[in-house]
Amino acid sequence: MRHFKETGVVDLDTLTKMGYVPDEIRLRRGPVAIYECVEEIPCNVCVFSCPFNAVSKNKITDLPQIDFSRCTGCGVCVGRCPGLAIFVVDVSKEGDTGYVTLPHELFPTPSKDGEVVLLDREGREVGKGTVTRVYRDKITKSWVVTVSVPKDLVMVVRAIKVIR
Amino acid sequence: MCLSDRRIYTHPILEFKRGKEITIFFEGKPIRAFEGESLAAAIYAAGINVFRLSPILKRPRAVFCMVGKCGSCIVRVNGIPTRTCVTPAEENMRIERISNLPEASKYEKRLVSEEIDVDVLIVGGGPAGMASAEVLCGTDLSVVLVDDQIRLGGQLIKQTHIFFGSRELFAGKRGFEIAEEYSNKLSKCPNVRVLDRTTVIGVFKEGVVAVSDEATYLIRPKYVVVAAGAYENYLVFENNDLPGIMGAGGAQTLMNVWGVKPGNEILVVGSGNVGLIISYQLLQAGAEVKAVIEALPRIGGWFVHAAKIRRYGVPILTSHTILGVKGSERVEEATIARVDEGWNVIRGTEKSLKVDTVLLAVGLTPNTEIVRQFGVAMKYIPELGGLVPLRTPYMETSVENVFVAGDLAAIEEATTAFIEGWIAGYSILIKAHGMKEEYLTKRENLVRMLYEYRSAPVSEKVRKGWQLSLIPCEVSAK
Repeated sequence: MRHFKETGVVDLDTLTKMGYVPDEIRLRRGPVAIYECVEEIPCNVCVFSCPFNAVSKNKITDLPQIDFSRCTGCGVCVGRCPGLAIFVVDVSKEGDTGYVTLPHELFPTPSKDGEVVLLDREGREVGKGTVTRVYRDKITKSWVVTVSVPKDLVMVVRAIKVIR
Repeated sequence: MCLSDRRIYTHPILEFKRGKEITIFFEGKPIRAFEGESLAAAIYAAGINVFRLSPILKRPRAVFCMVGKCGSCIVRVNGIPTRTCVTPAEENMRIERISNLPEASKYEKRLVSEEIDVDVLIVGGGPAGMASAEVLCGTDLSVVLVDDQIRLGGQLIKQTHIFFGSRELFAGKRGFEIAEEYSNKLSKCPNVRVLDRTTVIGVFKEGVVAVSDEATYLIRPKYVVVAAGAYENYLVFENNDLPGIMGAGGAQTLMNVWGVKPGNEILVVGSGNVGLIISYQLLQAGAEVKAVIEALPRIGGWFVHAAKIRRYGVPILTSHTILGVKGSERVEEATIARVDEGWNVIRGTEKSLKVDTVLLAVGLTPNTEIVRQFGVAMKYIPELGGLVPLRTPYMETSVENVFVAGDLAAIEEATTAFIEGWIAGYSILIKAHGMKEEYLTKRENLVRMLYEYRSAPVSEKVRKGWQLSLIPCEVSAK
């Protein structure tokens, strides 16, 4: 696997090693944030945006540390992260459907119950999903969109293309 | 001439506030424009590709930098050679192409029309200059801030991405919002006078001379903060002067400030943050980014900015360079190729891309013309962007009472420019009012904050360069 600074794409292995992937038990309990902030950059927007104090940094340049027991998967940080690097995944519901919450700043704008094309970290189309929730963050004006995806794709889908 | 409308009317995040609709005339033909917008943006928006011809070889020229630095967009406006990018559009302006050297005879001889004795002169109204002015706002020191652009805020006005950094600063806001906030705040400071659309042209023994369309000023300051920013680097390749080739920052101004799309099919050269961020913004504006190319084997900018465009399918081709472009009156095709570790082109890997626009995001050079005229000690420090002024940790140069802040001191970013501007502001207060506890504490906190910002691995280069640029600070500590 080539380094993410050569490709602009991070793999699950790297995320796991950095402590960004919660264990099965936590995943099954309910929605949870997945941080894909893999490079030490001076920023702590997530730390201050979390209503549950689930995110911490000692120094502003540290990688964020997520306390998965505190994280409720509320998704506030998704719309605030300047790097658009935070997602919420939910595999807690019965059946084969999972959910991914992601930031969206492109046209067309998404609407609830609308069908969307699911894209992976390299922009490849990996399926279709439906928007189950959408709102605009009041500070950043970014759209925060929750889409239904096949359960096995919750760690794959990282963007959407809205079908008009 | 292919006339079209390049304006962006709807945007997922931005709203473009345009002035009154007016008519201007390009080579006799009427064009729609909006009052107060950049004249260059208005001309470009109407689909005009060629602004002027070069004086000798008669090669086409158009917008490149959009901030009054390069001269590519000079045309004759109502008979006078004018840099259109920093000139606001007005009703009935008559614009003609220039195909020779602009004649100087039409300029009136201008004498000094106002002499200003002031405590502090700030050169540049970007984040660094505005920060210094903010510290001095409301104090008993009189301040003049000179800025050469249509809108105050430096490059912040085109930064539509959300700011990184800590909550105490601006994190979570978008750059242009910060610029608006500061511009409003400074307009309410009774002791700060802003001379906008005014250029500092020289430092003389009589004082600092600045000119605007209306006046020439002779300014005699006790303290100076030079925060003149930087300009974009150029790159050598075949036909690199063809319209459609722009500085990435220039394209950002065109697109994010004036709401005009630079092109439809884009090649971005350089994968630093500027190249990555503009690629994302182009997607937001509805353009197609064919590729981002990078000569080094690794992406130069932050991973998060790269990931943002990769997930929409934009390829980032590392170890690639641009060989040349083709086109008649603007770019129609670009040729790229793979390079080896020694940056030599690998034959047989050439590939042509159908693009109408090539954006150069290959770094910035500190804009040090003015600060050098004060006679400050300079040093060539590639890690900081080239020739830069030496400075104390409190931002004072080798010439007493002359301070620097922002990109002209080191190519970095807006947050550090703000911090340096604040430090320079407090340093002036300390010099003018003595070693007051309050000011000293605030300044020390800022120096510490700056140090913390630069402690990230992504700032390694700046950290190294910074050490080389420091001079002992006994002058400031006095």
